[in-house]
Amino acid sequence: MNEPIGIVLIFIGVIFDLLGGIGLARLPDVYNRLQAATKTVTLGTCLILIGVAVASGSTPVQIKAILALALVLVASPTAAHALARGAYSSGVRLWEKSVIDRYGEDLEAHQGEMEVKEEEDEAPKA
Amino acid sequence: MSAFYNAFFAVLGACCFLCLYRVAFGPTPPDRAVGIDILGIVIVGLSALFSLITGKDYYMNIALAWALIAFIGTIALAKFLEGRSYDE
Amino acid sequence: MKWIWAFALSFGFWVLLVWPLDWQELFVGLLAALIAVILFGGMLRIKGLKKLFNPLRYLWGLYYILALIYHIIMANLDVAYRVLHPALPIRPGIVKVRTELKSELAKTILANSITLTPGTLSVDLTDDGHYYIHWINVRAEGEKEASAMIVGRFERILRRVFE
Repeated sequence: MNEPIGIVLIFIGVIFDLLGGIGLARLPDVYNRLQAATKTVTLGTCLILIGVAVASGSTPVQIKAILALALVLVASPTAAHALARGAYSSGVRLWEKSVIDRYGEDLEAHQGEMEVKEEEDEAPKA
Repeated sequence: MSAFYNAFFAVLGACCFLCLYRVAFGPTPPDRAVGIDILGIVIVGLSALFSLITGKDYYMNIALAWALIAFIGTIALAKFLEGRSYDE
Repeated sequence: MKWIWAFALSFGFWVLLVWPLDWQELFVGLLAALIAVILFGGMLRIKGLKKLFNPLRYLWGLYYILALIYHIIMANLDVAYRVLHPALPIRPGIVKVRTELKSELAKTILANSITLTPGTLSVDLTDDGHYYIHWINVRAEGEKEASAMIVGRFERILRRVFE
């Protein structure tokens, strides 16, 4: 009975998933891809799960859809954050047309301090 | 209604192929990891859609388990990438 | 007390997973929850349980969820515009912003919300409350302006919910 509403929701969700895929293929560097794909695919999958919960008649499917929705909504930003941090520390720099990179500046400053400290530590021994 | 469902499957399949394109041709290892992460979330939606169409409840279990495993796998990949440097 | 909470959480999750209940599933669920609690229950950290019983916090939480949904939808329309535009109108960069929030849970939720809202992705956070944010369309490079634009829309509500 609720099937048309569910199908409309699933339709919007599928469109957003496709946009996420296009963004993943078109954008220039890891961070932009991660950004576009995480937002759109999270919303798209959440809408598909809500649509399934609305259209399906059986209670277990609805409960599991809501559980999966909560899981995706919490897990995918966390995974994106971990991937961005891993990508930066594995040495992938920003796109060359980027405007500003505070993180790299601060990391370099921090490493400079560490090297100075190490040199100071080593100096008296020598 | 089945025409709608076929269209949904075609579009989600195209989305999976875009993710696989990124996994196959991504210039750096983090690009491939991003492709795998997004592919996992898309498959959760695909599996939920399967459970609606076939009327079999157990596809929903697959969606739930896949969401968990994909998250843990992505965190493991990110930890693996951290502190390593690759040539471009 | 902590162990009872852990047991109740894991057993409740099991009951939701196998919803049409019968006694066999309940028995297996009791065993599984017990094993899980014995192995991993020590990892659970619960602080500030008194805050759970304040109804005003739930109202602010509801308002927060509605605001978050509005921002998520705006974010997706924004990304759709940027992805489908033939010239790719992006101007990316990493900026540094500052938050006043103190509790760990509130900081985590703020970082996840930043990832889901228009044009921003949290890359790293330091111990003294600074976030590094990748912004797809940098509009303000200074720390104060960027903080007002990115963090300002959630920080006020989250402080009412968690602190």
